[in-house]
Amino acid sequence: MNLTYTSREQVEVYRFSWPVAIGVPLLALFLQAFVPVHVYFFRAFDLPLLVTIFFGISRRNPITGLSTGAAIGIFQDALSHQPIGLFGIAKTCIGYLASSIGVKLDVDNPGSRFLMTYAFYIVHQMICYALRGMMGESPAWHWGHDLGLALANSLLAVVLFAGLDRFKQRT
Amino acid sequence: MESFFGRHKNATVLAAVLFAQLLGLATQIKTQTDRGSVRLVRYWAVAAITPLEKGFVHTQDWVRHLWSNYLYLRGVRQQNEQLKQQIDQMRIQQVRLQEDANQARRIQALLAFKEQYIAQTVAAQVIGTSGTEQSRIVYIDRGSNDGIRPDMAVITPDGIVGKILTVYPTTSQVLEITDPQSGVGAILEKSRLMGILKGSPTGQPHLDYIMSDEKVEVGENVITSGGDQIYPKGLPIGKVVSVGPGRDLYLNIPVKPAAALDSLEEVLVITQVVDKSPDTTDLGPIRAADILAQRLPSVPQQKQPAASPVVGEAPATPPAPGAAQPQAKPPATQPQTKPPATGVTKSKPNPPVVKPKSPATQSTPPQEPRP
Repeated sequence: MNLTYTSREQVEVYRFSWPVAIGVPLLALFLQAFVPVHVYFFRAFDLPLLVTIFFGISRRNPITGLSTGAAIGIFQDALSHQPIGLFGIAKTCIGYLASSIGVKLDVDNPGSRFLMTYAFYIVHQMICYALRGMMGESPAWHWGHDLGLALANSLLAVVLFAGLDRFKQRT
Repeated sequence: MESFFGRHKNATVLAAVLFAQLLGLATQIKTQTDRGSVRLVRYWAVAAITPLEKGFVHTQDWVRHLWSNYLYLRGVRQQNEQLKQQIDQMRIQQVRLQEDANQARRIQALLAFKEQYIAQTVAAQVIGTSGTEQSRIVYIDRGSNDGIRPDMAVITPDGIVGKILTVYPTTSQVLEITDPQSGVGAILEKSRLMGILKGSPTGQPHLDYIMSDEKVEVGENVITSGGDQIYPKGLPIGKVVSVGPGRDLYLNIPVKPAAALDSLEEVLVITQVVDKSPDTTDLGPIRAADILAQRLPSVPQQKQPAASPVVGEAPATPPAPGAAQPQAKPPATQPQTKPPATGVTKSKPNPPVVKPKSPATQSTPPQEPRP
């Protein structure tokens, strides 16, 4: 029996085994919750977002990408005290966008990965900002802060994606 | 080759529909906990993550304990000697402070002053965070089974950390004071200006609602005011980082938290706060004359111009406000003071400043020296 989690795209489409498809997001969520206790600056990173982007651009199936983003986002919401769905919606959009763009761009190049993650992080923050506004909050947008975090996450993404590439399986 | 989804299309669709329904159920239905309600999906997520975190933390502690208590004992003897010396110094200091404390308690008792005391705390270990900058939450390994309830204050010896937000049976969520949704009743220690400490998305709390015409010094301590009914009065919050013009008519005052929120390991949850008057039973009986001496201006002693000042006697001139008066005896135990009811003594009165202010002394002006 073929226990794989795959996409139907014909070109440059990768699949992942079930343990990787489930274990990597769960590990990312766990690390995101646990590591900042000891390494405070780790809060600046958004590992679940990076994992969402990686799976999105690798599978290149929008349905799979948005589903992965939704699941990861809702789980992340549940660990916070904010309304459930905030990160869920944001990561659903990112998963969908990453899958869609992944079909058209060379996503194996570190440079393009860096730029793509940078842009996706900003979009993610903007969606969260908009949702908070819709919920009646008055969020403050800190450009410098968010651009710095985007840079840090993009650098991490280049390293992380290179590591996760080992789990890719060509269809 | 047919894919997995192609071969098990019906089962996959069924699973997807069931998953969507379960997800919808979890996000809508609330489950009741011991105190309040919590969304089911949140309950599941916490139940899935926190056992792992607990396991890691406890293993880490066990290894650290083994290393520091049994293996790595270098310098312990020297440290022990230093600590003994420190204890000796602190004992000497304690004797001096005890006198001051006794005096304060007597005065508080006379004024029927009630104060909030932290009666009971529960020590807890930080096991996790929300993992995002937008939600400054930490998880502790104590829950409703340990007597934790929502809105209890969480502190460290350095200062306040936050309050309990959600309680699960064995874990709890703590909302840090740096979270944008946090608010703490605060007061500036020196200027006694009251405001509200609010968190921000960047993690830098600000003291709000201080009018722009007020004078606030950089480095001034910020303490809890007790007005929020969560944090007992007088706990350290942090220090003023800078003072600048803010929105509307208020100052912009960033505050650096006193507690090390970036490296929290163990915290205390205040589970019981009691209002009580200071206990003066161990101070010995107070004579009626002593009470009168507290409430009324003292009768002056005969002035002896030739005599040199006696050590331990009150100074002749009023000291500056707030100045330490180590020689001044506790007012309740001054045997030489006499009630003024006799009215026969015509010598100069003692300066009233050595007496603590009580309502009676405040309302009664001090006697002027008679020629």
